[in-house]
Amino acid sequence: MSSPFDFALALGDDALVAAQRLGEWTSRAPEMEEDVALANIALDQLGAARLLLTYAGELEGAGRDEDALAYLRDDREFRNCLLVELPNGDFAVTMAKLLFLSAYQLPLYSALAGCADERLAAIGAKARKESAYHRDHAALWVRRLGDGTAESHRRMQAAVDQTWPYAHELFAPWPGAPVDPAGLRGDFDAYVGPVLAEATLTRPADGWAPAGGRDGVHTEHLSYLLAEMQVLHRAHPGATW
Amino acid sequence: MVDPREAVAAVVDPEIRVITIDELGILRAVDRDAATGRVTVTITPTYTGCPAMDVIRADIRRALAAAGHPDADVRTVYSPAWSTDWISTAGRAKLAAAGIAPPLATRDAGTAPATRAGTVVPLTLAVRCPLCGSAETEQVSRFGSTACKALWRCRACREPFDHLKAL
Repeated sequence: MSSPFDFALALGDDALVAAQRLGEWTSRAPEMEEDVALANIALDQLGAARLLLTYAGELEGAGRDEDALAYLRDDREFRNCLLVELPNGDFAVTMAKLLFLSAYQLPLYSALAGCADERLAAIGAKARKESAYHRDHAALWVRRLGDGTAESHRRMQAAVDQTWPYAHELFAPWPGAPVDPAGLRGDFDAYVGPVLAEATLTRPADGWAPAGGRDGVHTEHLSYLLAEMQVLHRAHPGATW
Repeated sequence: MVDPREAVAAVVDPEIRVITIDELGILRAVDRDAATGRVTVTITPTYTGCPAMDVIRADIRRALAAAGHPDADVRTVYSPAWSTDWISTAGRAKLAAAGIAPPLATRDAGTAPATRAGTVVPLTLAVRCPLCGSAETEQVSRFGSTACKALWRCRACREPFDHLKAL
């Protein structure tokens, strides 16, 4: 699992599944501005996913385009991290997930921008600016909720506790990849630590670290997500409008 | 037959219809093969997920066909990445006239709000209300009606307005 195809596919799947989950908030967010914000972030993730999956398809050379990769693979063939496929939960869970994801994607895309692969470098240079907005947005809400009322603090802490174990998988060593994610852990900790502290939240202890997403071994949540995302394309193959 | 560059440069952005794609800085090149007459247009998206790209491609083809260039190819490139620095001075003036506060100086990693480039202490610059000119404004939401805009409000005239956020 160390070909450029696997790497582009994994990053593309992270963005695609994150986009699908964030899109579930559309028309359901706590306020209008947040609805627009989450839809915008979903759109950014989808944009990155399209570029990465298109490139993955070209690297594979088997004639699969972005649609074939997004719509015609089963859960065991997806390579996204488990964090992005977890259900949205309440708003605090969504913000905890977004904070961890963006605090990983920002240094990842920044490092990609300087890598030798020209296509990945272009995608990284483009996507990192968008990731910076996502990370700021998530951090703002984590601070506001964590250092808010007793109830918002309780729920934000619960959300961080629940999703923290899934952050470890993001930094699993990947020798030979254009950017080894293991080298990004320092950036992540340097950003997330102070945000949690400022939000009066306790950084969970490191222990249980579920993984398997990069090998196609997912939680039970992914196949339900894919069923919804893929049903139209599978029912009407090749349909356009 | 109209010059293809001229025809393409006049295509307006479908989401912000007061500004052309040339002024917005997403038109990178227009090349015409002298031998075949085939026109190749190179564009770049503002945001990776910009949903207007398909419409922009179609509008470019339509404009070229009307200008006598039915044989056209529209390519999309991602490098160098677009930033708000690509918006022309004329484009900024048109945005402001349409009630959209133009972007401030860009920053490296894209962390809003914008700060004055080159200063040691990050200094937040005011976004002026495009309607009354007041600097007494506040951000309502970092994300607005399109991927490239944020929602702001003027504390002086109380009007909400869009701000094309620096990227």
